[in-house]
Amino acid sequence: MDGLAIPLNHVLIVATLLFITGLAGLMFRRNVIFILMALEVMLNSAGLAFVAAGTAWQQADGQVIFMLILAVAAAEVSVGLGLVLQIQRRFRTLDMDRATRLNS
Amino acid sequence: MLNYVWLIPLLPFISSVLLILTAGRLPRKLIAVFGAGSVGLAALLVFAIGLQFMQTQTPYSVQLWTWMDIGDFTPGFSFYIDQLSIVMMSIITGVGFLIHLYSTEFMQHDSDYSRYFAYMNMFVAAMLILVMADNLLLLYLGWEGVGVCSYLLVGFWYKDAANGAASRKAFIVTRIGDTAMALGLFLLFTELRTLQIQPMLEAANNTWAIGDIMPAIAALLLLGGALGKSAQLPLHTWLPDAMAGPTPVSALIHAATMVTAGVYLIARTHGLFLLAPDVLMLVAIIGLATLLIAAFAALNQTDIKRILAYSTISQIGYMFLALGVGAWSASIFHLMTHAFFKALLFLAAGAVIHCLHHQHNIFKMGGLRGKLPIVFWSFLIGSAALAALPFTSGFFSKDQILLSAFEMHGPATSFASNIGLNFNLGPWLWAGGLLGALLTAIYSFRLVFIVFFGESHTEPDKQPGWRMATPLALLCVMSLIGGWFALPLANVFPPSAEHHVSYLIEGISIAIPLIGVLLAWLIYYKKINSFSFFTDSSNGQALRRFWKSGWAIDRLYNSVLVSPYIAIANAMRGEWLDKIYHGVVSICVGSHQLLSNSQSGKIRWYLISMVFGLIVLVSILGWAN
Repeated sequence: MDGLAIPLNHVLIVATLLFITGLAGLMFRRNVIFILMALEVMLNSAGLAFVAAGTAWQQADGQVIFMLILAVAAAEVSVGLGLVLQIQRRFRTLDMDRATRLNS
Repeated sequence: MLNYVWLIPLLPFISSVLLILTAGRLPRKLIAVFGAGSVGLAALLVFAIGLQFMQTQTPYSVQLWTWMDIGDFTPGFSFYIDQLSIVMMSIITGVGFLIHLYSTEFMQHDSDYSRYFAYMNMFVAAMLILVMADNLLLLYLGWEGVGVCSYLLVGFWYKDAANGAASRKAFIVTRIGDTAMALGLFLLFTELRTLQIQPMLEAANNTWAIGDIMPAIAALLLLGGALGKSAQLPLHTWLPDAMAGPTPVSALIHAATMVTAGVYLIARTHGLFLLAPDVLMLVAIIGLATLLIAAFAALNQTDIKRILAYSTISQIGYMFLALGVGAWSASIFHLMTHAFFKALLFLAAGAVIHCLHHQHNIFKMGGLRGKLPIVFWSFLIGSAALAALPFTSGFFSKDQILLSAFEMHGPATSFASNIGLNFNLGPWLWAGGLLGALLTAIYSFRLVFIVFFGESHTEPDKQPGWRMATPLALLCVMSLIGGWFALPLANVFPPSAEHHVSYLIEGISIAIPLIGVLLAWLIYYKKINSFSFFTDSSNGQALRRFWKSGWAIDRLYNSVLVSPYIAIANAMRGEWLDKIYHGVVSICVGSHQLLSNSQSGKIRWYLISMVFGLIVLVSILGWAN
């Protein structure tokens, strides 16, 4: 390790900020595409934390988990975009506050 | 062959389950093949087993599996085959098959063809279990099974509310008797520690002496069950209403088989009844009272099926009379001949109804002799057997019953002499039975003369096809010659004495039905109405209305039992205990409303709630550590 190494704490703070950004987007955005993007941001923040932790302890597990997260994210996006298409077709809108057919 | 005895109830049962599971999706031909074919196969099997059984003559019992095992209470799912069971099984499957064959044409245009055969097959299976059971609990299973099938079939056309009411009445009234019977089973088990019929009867014989109070109570409770199922006084009111079902149902369940289950039960447990002579005397008196009351009621009905229903009640009254005087095999003999001729009469009546656009009123029929010849001859033969005209099947069986009643010496019971009944009851029972026979002849030939002779009021629009005509023809033959063979029941029942009566008594019992037919001919064919001075008077009219309503017993029960019960139930509505339960209900409804409000369908609202909940949980965890 040389002196250029970034301390683990800094990376974790960035990851937390990313996570909060994603969560806020998830909670306060109404457009379903932005909701999906916010989800991606949250997944990536988790991935970032894993990679940083893996580097800090000199273990490969962090990278392995990140690959897994990438795969999950890809699968989720493909399903999610399919849903978005269906929502657009059914409701003629992407506003999630107007797709409330499941209310009591 | 006897090893395959379990197949007999299984065949109709499988067919029934199959028809229920396919829910009417099978083609009609296949439904008919399953429905009638399964019973036909069972009948063939009974025939083969019967032939083999007659060679060995030893009772055969087989345990298929132990039904339940609780302490020393281990009733098995087991069958007991002796001459009595064989006779009953032959009636159930033989007559049953003919009625199923008839039904394939009678019900042809009904939309619920499959449901009909599913119920009918289930009924046959339950009835077979009833007569084959070797312990009273299994018998009770069959007993309740036939009750359920009767309920389902009486209310078969459930879209008419009146049919639903009739089926509920049939179910509830018989339930009263069944409760008594269940109590009887409990008593027998606590006293004798077994419900297996043969060991139980032996144990009863060893523990109790004739005239003890315990066997009398047990016999009374069993009698209660028999009265309900066999529509005897005072539980007979359900049977005339049960005619709401399809006519073949009335023929099978409410004439040939189920209503005779009570007779079978008493005959099967005759060892117990012999220990209670008082109860046996009660059986005879109830039988006599029922047969007279029902005969008077039958004389004044206008609905063809209700006449036959009252006539069934009356004929089962004869069987009870025979049981009461100890003529066990005469009773089963009459059960068999009655199954033939009453099934024939019901099927012929069904053919009349079928060909006359569902007309039930006999005064709107008339003159059908030339138009429906097959039906006319069936009806004539059936009525002759019912009226016990000489050399028909009904003559032999009814003659045996009346002679046995005449020869009964009694009552020799302590209870009877305590209440001052010291005279010989036998001749009185005989005279009552003779009066019943006269009435039987009058009402059955009143039906023949009104429906088939005289002016025509309704034109038949079709003729019965071969599937209706064949059962009629076969049953005609059985009604004629069914009395020429002695039933092989000698090993089952205690031997009864030979009849030694004078030719005068014999002559009277032959002459009485003939006089009845003559009277019917004079009144209803020649219209020489010498009773008009009485029947047209207001008292006569009132009496006829009284008899037509079945001695107003329905009205009596309604005002004494049903109305007070409903009044009490209404008065109890809204008392404090009910309020507690209503409170529980409103709490449930309120919280349901609260929770269902939270299901808004807004996905962001759910997310925010989840995040909020997560924050709360995590902070609780952090605070606790």
